Amino acid sequence: MPVSPEIKRYTVRLLSVMTLYGVTLVGVNLWFRYATPTGVLAYVAAVLPAVPIALVFVVIGKLLVEMRDEYIRAQMVHDLLIVTGATLSITTAWGFLEGFGLVAPTAHYYVATLWFALQGVAACVRGILRSRERSVG
Amino acid sequence: MDNHLRALRAARGWSQQHLAERLEVSRQSVNAIETGRYDPSLPLAFRIAELFELAIEDVFVSPSRG
Repeated sequence: MPVSPEIKRYTVRLLSVMTLYGVTLVGVNLWFRYATPTGVLAYVAAVLPAVPIALVFVVIGKLLVEMRDEYIRAQMVHDLLIVTGATLSITTAWGFLEGFGLVAPTAHYYVATLWFALQGVAACVRGILRSRERSVG
Repeated sequence: MDNHLRALRAARGWSQQHLAERLEVSRQSVNAIETGRYDPSLPLAFRIAELFELAIEDVFVSPSRG
């Protein structure tokens, strides 16, 4: 099946943003290790790796806007809502576990990691369902 | 929503893939519409009806009229 132009654009954008994330993360880590910034600059530097992660959500949003196949778009929105709900539920439960001292505090950026991981699970489930559709349809 | 898409497609000897290409949608979309798992938007429903040179109600069954 040919890959649609919007999926090609999404892939290029995602790879670009993830490359930017890698460069920013390594750069900021090196910065703090060898020439620790101070004052406001330290805060700006510390949040720099979060910018490409925020851009991932923009890239996903652009895909939703550009996607021409309304059924696939509806499926994607459905999956995004389930994944977002699951992420919020799990992290809320984790917050209570932390609050009662039952688990160690976890860095908040793992929320995005969990969201991406659940997106991966959703994509696998969607792939299995589509292959079933193909065999039935 | 019930529809006659599968019968109309079969009458023309078209595969789901062929119909999908004519409509510029995925084959999964055609399959989902045919099996009633997805109700197309009005613009897509009109595109389908126009492709078969039929009125929209000749392709899709009104839920209120059964």
